[in-house]
Amino acid sequence: MRTVTVLATGPQALVQDLGRPGNAHLGVPPSGALDVPALRLANRLVGNAESAAGIEVLLGGLRLRADCSCVVAVTGPALAVAVNGRGRDSHRPVYLADGDVLALGTPADGLRAYLGISGGLDVPAELGSRSTDLLSGIGPAPMRVGDTLPLAVPTGLAGGADELGPRPVPDAITVPVLLGPRDDWFDRAAEQLAAGTWLVSPDSNRIGLRVTGPALRRAAEFDGAELPSEPVVTGAVQVPASGRPVLFLADHPTTGGYPVIGVLPAAALAMLAQARPGTTMRFRPIA
Amino acid sequence: MLVEVDSLDQVDAVRAAVGSAAERGDLPDLVELVPAARTVLVAFGSKTGLARLRDVLAAADLSRPASRSQREVRIPVRYDGPDLELAARTAGLGVAELVELHSGTDYAVAFTGFAPGFGYLVGLPEPLVQARLDHPRTAVPAGSVGIAGEFTGVYPRSSPGGWRLLGRTELALFDPHREPPALLVPGDRVKFEVVG
Repeated sequence: MRTVTVLATGPQALVQDLGRPGNAHLGVPPSGALDVPALRLANRLVGNAESAAGIEVLLGGLRLRADCSCVVAVTGPALAVAVNGRGRDSHRPVYLADGDVLALGTPADGLRAYLGISGGLDVPAELGSRSTDLLSGIGPAPMRVGDTLPLAVPTGLAGGADELGPRPVPDAITVPVLLGPRDDWFDRAAEQLAAGTWLVSPDSNRIGLRVTGPALRRAAEFDGAELPSEPVVTGAVQVPASGRPVLFLADHPTTGGYPVIGVLPAAALAMLAQARPGTTMRFRPIA
Repeated sequence: MLVEVDSLDQVDAVRAAVGSAAERGDLPDLVELVPAARTVLVAFGSKTGLARLRDVLAAADLSRPASRSQREVRIPVRYDGPDLELAARTAGLGVAELVELHSGTDYAVAFTGFAPGFGYLVGLPEPLVQARLDHPRTAVPAGSVGIAGEFTGVYPRSSPGGWRLLGRTELALFDPHREPPALLVPGDRVKFEVVG
């Protein structure tokens, strides 16, 4: 069997593919890579289907030994890549021979790098996906030193045709928000969202991006009102009792009892995947 | 699209109407169909599904409850929960009468949430509609059967919780390696059976 062995995990290394949407009615979050374009690119670079399972690496530090020859590619923020101690490029296919050791450095900006491996990780799928869901514990456990990860048989050729370099991750982001469904619960929702500046909080995780900053005020008629639990989607901006918004990411609960003031378009989610604690965040409301 | 209605019965009618349209192949782009307490989320993979959904909703009759699914799930319960006496006292019943009332009722899965496989069951008799605990437990064992507000349900795995606990079942409510993984899906009918 083709495998790779984990020698070091860094702060967190998880198996992620495109997740398991379609199970929310069972209480199962969609999960999947937070920076979807980065995972898709890593897969394309090594000749995989874009939906193959790779590794989501939080703040670098991953070391792997190839137990067979394979092609890997590291995407996401710029970071150092080395094979047997020799520097290589991220965002390009890199060939590993049996026994080679791949090491990822720590990114200078951004949060999550993605490692694609030819064939893709072939851990057992649960509800149609190999992704680790940190909210509900579905999927493989976070990686530990000594784990041996099976690889599927490669079906495509690694190519250099699709090379995109890393883009710098800004320390201030402006996030588009489609207002609703519960913007009417807030006093002039669009104005409040556009006027505030928030900072990404260190409490953020794959479930939600939390922020510090101004509390969003309810409209007088909804002051203290309780919302019967309703379904929520990835990218929902939920406003709990504190008034400080939480931006739901892939491992979010499927229902929630606080009003959602707006929802991010799917294309804006990758930006959140890379927003470090301390990043300045503003909203651009779209009516 | 989030569809908002006035009652759990209407939620069920919307869920059933959209679900049957999807089964007929009328909503090919449907990704999620998620009922909740007063809303139903219908999510599509592209914008083309929305127009079709409007037609389905316009044709749906919300005044009549959805016909219940044929699936009936029986859940064996050992009624020895820590809040059995509290619930009986609140209901003005003896423990045996409370057990008879809870296990003698037909329930339906209105929606899920909180954790994979956690179904909010409706149909609770009025005396069992009771407040949550003042002090939620930090750990409720998996399989615990509880009541809270208008709902009864079973904890699929150990988690914090504030429901009043009446008993326990050995059944696995959720197992991602099983097909289907969830014992309860919205629309299912449910009965609790008293065991030893």
